[in-house]
Amino acid sequence: MANFDRKVEKFIDILINKNGYVQVLEGLQNTLIIAVLGLIIGTVIGTVIASVRVMPKYKTLPKILNGICSFYVELFRGTPIVVQLLIFYYVLLPVIGIKMNGVDVSILVFGLNSGAYISEMMRAGILSVDSGQMEAGRAVGLSFFTTMVKIVIPQAVKNILPTLGNEFIALIKETSVVSFVGAADLYVAFNLIGTNSYEFMVPYLAMAIIYVVIVLIISFGIKMMERSLRKSDRRN
Amino acid sequence: MIDVINLKKNFGNVEVLKGINLTINKGDIVAVIGPSGSGKSTFLRCLNCMEDPTAGQIIFNGVDIADMSVDINVHRRHIGMVFQHFNLFNNKTVIENIMLAPVHVRCQELKKAKRKKGVDKATLPTKKQIKEEAREQAMNLLKRIGLEDKADVYPATLSGGQKQRVAIVRALAMNPDVILFDEPTSALDPEMVGEVLDLMRALAEEGMTMIVVTHEMGFAREVANRILFMDDGLICESGDPKEFFANPKTDRAKEFLSKVL
Repeated sequence: MANFDRKVEKFIDILINKNGYVQVLEGLQNTLIIAVLGLIIGTVIGTVIASVRVMPKYKTLPKILNGICSFYVELFRGTPIVVQLLIFYYVLLPVIGIKMNGVDVSILVFGLNSGAYISEMMRAGILSVDSGQMEAGRAVGLSFFTTMVKIVIPQAVKNILPTLGNEFIALIKETSVVSFVGAADLYVAFNLIGTNSYEFMVPYLAMAIIYVVIVLIISFGIKMMERSLRKSDRRN
Repeated sequence: MIDVINLKKNFGNVEVLKGINLTINKGDIVAVIGPSGSGKSTFLRCLNCMEDPTAGQIIFNGVDIADMSVDINVHRRHIGMVFQHFNLFNNKTVIENIMLAPVHVRCQELKKAKRKKGVDKATLPTKKQIKEEAREQAMNLLKRIGLEDKADVYPATLSGGQKQRVAIVRALAMNPDVILFDEPTSALDPEMVGEVLDLMRALAEEGMTMIVVTHEMGFAREVANRILFMDDGLICESGDPKEFFANPKTDRAKEFLSKVL
């Protein structure tokens, strides 16, 4: 294991003395920014789509909106995220003439992508809320969307929080492909350290540990959130 | 106050309501009874367009609310509804349940008033005032049903009877012209039926217009001033409760009463 010790020394040397930590911190920052903003955008999109898809459909407008939403969901679930990143970065954005850097494109694509997944979770969550809640809201004269926002969605979110946490964790890990469009995330930072030292074993191990630690912190946060949201269920 | 003209409702190919005509006047307390599957609940739910009628008209305060082009939300604010399964908002405390709709509606009106030109903004209430007023009103309603100490708990902690009484005052908070009751005591323990019926009786005495789908024949006989006996999507018999229970005219009603009384 003397060999391994040498490798660790080399890694620490680059990390600390040759300013490798700057890249790692930057990569960590980008990873978190992409995942967090992606989740926020995704939750907003997902909630809107889910609300549209559970709307009563005897009028024309909901039918059309529902069609558009289904198309969106199928499109984003039907292609790999890497393909979506490449298409946005190299095809879509140049065609409409918008210049965006890798991180911004990643935030956008991860938001749109997780929106498709979260919409299905949210739909399940909304359907899990007793239909009497919606009826009661409508019966006192609130509109469909007001009842949705004030009554149904808060209860739906509570029900799907564990799955939403899953999505966030998946998002954190999936961001490791953003180097395809030139965004410097954790992978890029550690890869760089590896390339500089011709030694990949320790950097990649360290990267894995960082991912695990992030995910553990998130799981803990979700648990705390769930506990505070469950207070309306408790009988004390 | 409510005129129902040839109301029909289909669920798919099943004809549930086959043409109902009825006039409900202010102060009426109508008990709707009948065997299950006769369309009682559907009829009640059509009255505030919870179920959209397939055909026919429901004239409420001069407006046909069965017409899909009217803004049903505005009219529903004047029609309270109480459900079999209470349907209190689980994510809101008891007092929030009662305040929610009044506060929302008044805030909306406030927004509209602000947009109008030439309105003196100083005369308009602030959101805070609206909330405080609604809270006070809600507290008074809770005092009336003796649950003021439960104001800040969540509905999950209440008993069935308490939930249903809160649901009734939630409907009252909008100052409705009429309240629809959809089997309000059917999901309650026998012990708790009384407290809910007492509250309903008190409302009836105050002159509230009520339409009650019920299996409580005692309540129907004592409190209602009109009985509707429904069978197979039609009003089979309607009339004075005492007369209906003493000597029903139709065979179907005789058969029904012989089973339930």
